[in-house]
Amino acid sequence: MSLAFQASQALPRGTDYLRILPELVLSIFGMIIMVLDPVVDQRRNQKALGTLALIGSLAAIASTLWQARAPGLAFWNMVQVDTFSVFFHFLITTITAVVILTSYEYMEVQQIRVGEYYALILFGAVGMCLMSSAVELVLIFIALEISSISTYILAGFRRRAAISSEASIKYFLLGSFATAFFLYGVALMFGATGSTSIPTIEQHLRSGSIPVLAYVAIALMFVGLGFKVAAAPFHVWTPDVYEGAPAPIVGFMSTAPKAAVFAVLLRIMFQIHAPGRLGLIWVAAALSMTLGNIGALVQQNVKRLLAYSSIAHAGYLLVAFAALPQNGIPSAMFYTASYAAMNIGAFAVVSHFGGAGERYVTLEDYSGLGRRSPVLAAALTLFLLSLIGIPITAGFFAKFYVFSAALQANLVGLVIIGVINSAVAAYYYLRVIVVVYMHDPRDESVLPAVPLELGAALAITALTTIYLGLLPGRVLDYASRSAGDLLH
Amino acid sequence: MNGPSLDTIILSLVTFIPAFGGLLLFFFPRRDRDIRVFALVVALLAFALSLHLPRYLHRAQAGFQYEIDKPWIPTPNIHYHMGVDGVSSWLVVLTTFLTPLCVLISWRSIHERVKEFFVLLLILESALIGVFVSLDLFLFYFFWEATLIPMALLIGMFGHGRRVYAAVKFFLYTMIASVFMLAGILWLYAKAGSFDFITIQNAIRNGKVEGFAAAAPWLFLGFFVAFAVKVPLFPFHTWLPDAHVEAPTAGSVLLAGVLLKMGTYGMLRFNLGFFPEQSRANAWWIAILALIGIIYGALVAMVQPNMKKLIAYSSISHLGFVVLGIFSFTPAGVAGAVFIMLAHGISTGALFMLAGILYERRHTYEISEFGGLATPMPRYAAFFLFIVLSSVGLPLLNGFVGEFLVLSGAFQAHAVYGVLGATGVIWSACYLLWMYQRVFFGKVRQPVNESLPDLDTREHLALWPAAAAALVMGVAPLLWLNTIQPAAQSAISPLGQIASKVITP
Repeated sequence: MSLAFQASQALPRGTDYLRILPELVLSIFGMIIMVLDPVVDQRRNQKALGTLALIGSLAAIASTLWQARAPGLAFWNMVQVDTFSVFFHFLITTITAVVILTSYEYMEVQQIRVGEYYALILFGAVGMCLMSSAVELVLIFIALEISSISTYILAGFRRRAAISSEASIKYFLLGSFATAFFLYGVALMFGATGSTSIPTIEQHLRSGSIPVLAYVAIALMFVGLGFKVAAAPFHVWTPDVYEGAPAPIVGFMSTAPKAAVFAVLLRIMFQIHAPGRLGLIWVAAALSMTLGNIGALVQQNVKRLLAYSSIAHAGYLLVAFAALPQNGIPSAMFYTASYAAMNIGAFAVVSHFGGAGERYVTLEDYSGLGRRSPVLAAALTLFLLSLIGIPITAGFFAKFYVFSAALQANLVGLVIIGVINSAVAAYYYLRVIVVVYMHDPRDESVLPAVPLELGAALAITALTTIYLGLLPGRVLDYASRSAGDLLH
Repeated sequence: MNGPSLDTIILSLVTFIPAFGGLLLFFFPRRDRDIRVFALVVALLAFALSLHLPRYLHRAQAGFQYEIDKPWIPTPNIHYHMGVDGVSSWLVVLTTFLTPLCVLISWRSIHERVKEFFVLLLILESALIGVFVSLDLFLFYFFWEATLIPMALLIGMFGHGRRVYAAVKFFLYTMIASVFMLAGILWLYAKAGSFDFITIQNAIRNGKVEGFAAAAPWLFLGFFVAFAVKVPLFPFHTWLPDAHVEAPTAGSVLLAGVLLKMGTYGMLRFNLGFFPEQSRANAWWIAILALIGIIYGALVAMVQPNMKKLIAYSSISHLGFVVLGIFSFTPAGVAGAVFIMLAHGISTGALFMLAGILYERRHTYEISEFGGLATPMPRYAAFFLFIVLSSVGLPLLNGFVGEFLVLSGAFQAHAVYGVLGATGVIWSACYLLWMYQRVFFGKVRQPVNESLPDLDTREHLALWPAAAAALVMGVAPLLWLNTIQPAAQSAISPLGQIASKVITP
């Protein structure tokens, strides 16, 4: 190999940039917002920055779709664009757009200076997108940090509420601790295999006996990633952080970074053929489902209830990771998308209903919502039914695919735990529906009308929830093809 | 009629027109009168269309008719498969017949959240029809569960006193029980590779379902528990009185009139259809539970101080006849069971409407609050008597035909069943007529009752169709039995060879 050739290799080429186009678009829009922030008049132009962010995320969606036509590697095999990464890029950028839509009204009602809020959402999305296309552990770590740091700050954005700052600090301290675990795992993996590139690691682990170090590395990485998806036993931060963080951000945090981390987990667990996968996943899934649901049973605060529910859903999702790759990957991808639709929808309702300072977040506050706002109540009911897993909603097929994938891998015990948990979960979701429709309102005051942007967000999430429940075929097909790409 | 094109879409039309109407209603402005009228029009439209089903059903032709079978979801292999036979087509008509009456009877009694009420009622109607027409187990299970939510909301939002308790109890009981059926359905799907009723049935008959012999007893129980809670069969009945007492009148009418029949329909279609062997093996204890239900329900009904609770327990007793008839495996017994399902839907539905009419005037169901009502409300008393007699089983009214057929079938199966079952007829005369006597005869004891207004036009409109149906079904039962009998025959055909030796306890 000639020196001149190596030199030309050392510089990124044009196609390399195209393979990170969505990330570039999001970063550029984020920076524009940062620059414009001090210039525009805050009181009058609250919405201007939001709209800019929305355009940015829409442009990112468009560039993702465009990118799908030219799959390939970039940046010295550190980034890989394939159907798998496109799926998660599309999901994350769409989540970003919908969350921005739900934030418009929220920021105005809470009287928070928007400023860097929208920029941080976009920067967070950059990290998450990069996580789903990175095939190099160090790059994954950097992407994880980009995403995490943005969400730490966003969690504390209700500056006037002490509980929000508490959430931010707690999330930051525990979160950085967890990323350290991940980094430690990466280092050990490098020690075990001499590489941080996922394809190389896979070849190395496949070709010889598996060193003990690799088991430890996988376990440590799982600790770090398990924290990010709120899987038990690394879940203790979740209720406090979800309670304190701004409601639209909780909708964001509980779906987009999770989707990205699940993408990383899919790569590590399935593409690397992670040694010791089954035991780790089995324990974490069973614990998450059980602890999440038991915790949710006694909650009086709707945000905390949804926090525990998200722990439980992380557990259901992890069940897919214990299954065989060809079933596990598509079912996990389908679950991520379904969960995103229903959970963001639920938090959109919570953020609108909460009012100034998020005063109305307890279950009692929701009594008689059916009478006060039939539209909000109907939307919330749909999302809760989907979270239960009632047929013709996304949640049903999500659970169905995950559990049938697990059954095909003969994980009967895990499926039984999962099914019992789903039945228990029905109780606390239904409790919310009962309160909404059957209790008399405590407060007869008229709710503010649902603004256009929030209405659009609710419509998108509700239609997606029903679409995935009515015609899951196309999305599942796509996910199956992605699984093929991931496994070659 | 313009031939095959209507025949293939008629079931989809009948099933989804009410829900579609409900959806439109959701976006209506809150003008209560318009909402009521619109709901009535939608319900009547569905009724008119549903009449097509029995009218053009080919009696000689076995199997399902008006079938539509389209692939829907590739993984798992779910089809949009609908079809009816002589049994289910009448159950569809029963549903569409009762819904307009429910709209009429709720005209004034529902005055708050009117829109929500009628939206839920129409969605409920769609789900109920869907249960009877689905031939794909997934579709069936979806509609089965979909009936729960609007019904529970109707009870919980528009019921009386302890409505939330009753709604939650109703929901949890039937939901938990149907999880067992879901497990059975998923097992069948895993082994037979299809949710299709006919495909699975053929696979079972041809022995192509791997491991079926070992799993069948459990599958039978899984399906049976889901249906038995719905019926409700003793001892799974405790949710029913609560649900009925707290439910609004229309809720009670559909609950007793149609929802309970989902259970007996399920037994007939799935327990007998998939598991003839296990049905035969388990028939003895099921028949005993049915007999206990008949007698226990009647005895408990007798001592109820609350009119609605009395009617609720009478339903447990009557539905016992249906289960007894189905598990007698005789043509007469099964046909009679189906006939009772229809007759009970009409007469008990009417009884609940009558109780509701009284509640609108006095806001109580306590029998002791009344007495001598025949004086201020003679027309009401006449209607009430007519319906009571039809429910008791007076010859020439609808109750008689079904009970007679079931009892004759039960006698063929086992004489003791017939004798014990027959006492149920006597009991029902006791509790219903005694209740009638206490409410309508004697002197008016409470001054408030002296000036109660008699039926108005709207209430007449709601009651006349039910009364007319009760009479026609009693005088000309063949109009119904002609289509029911072939279907009943084919339901027990796998058991045909054992029908004579049948069940011994």
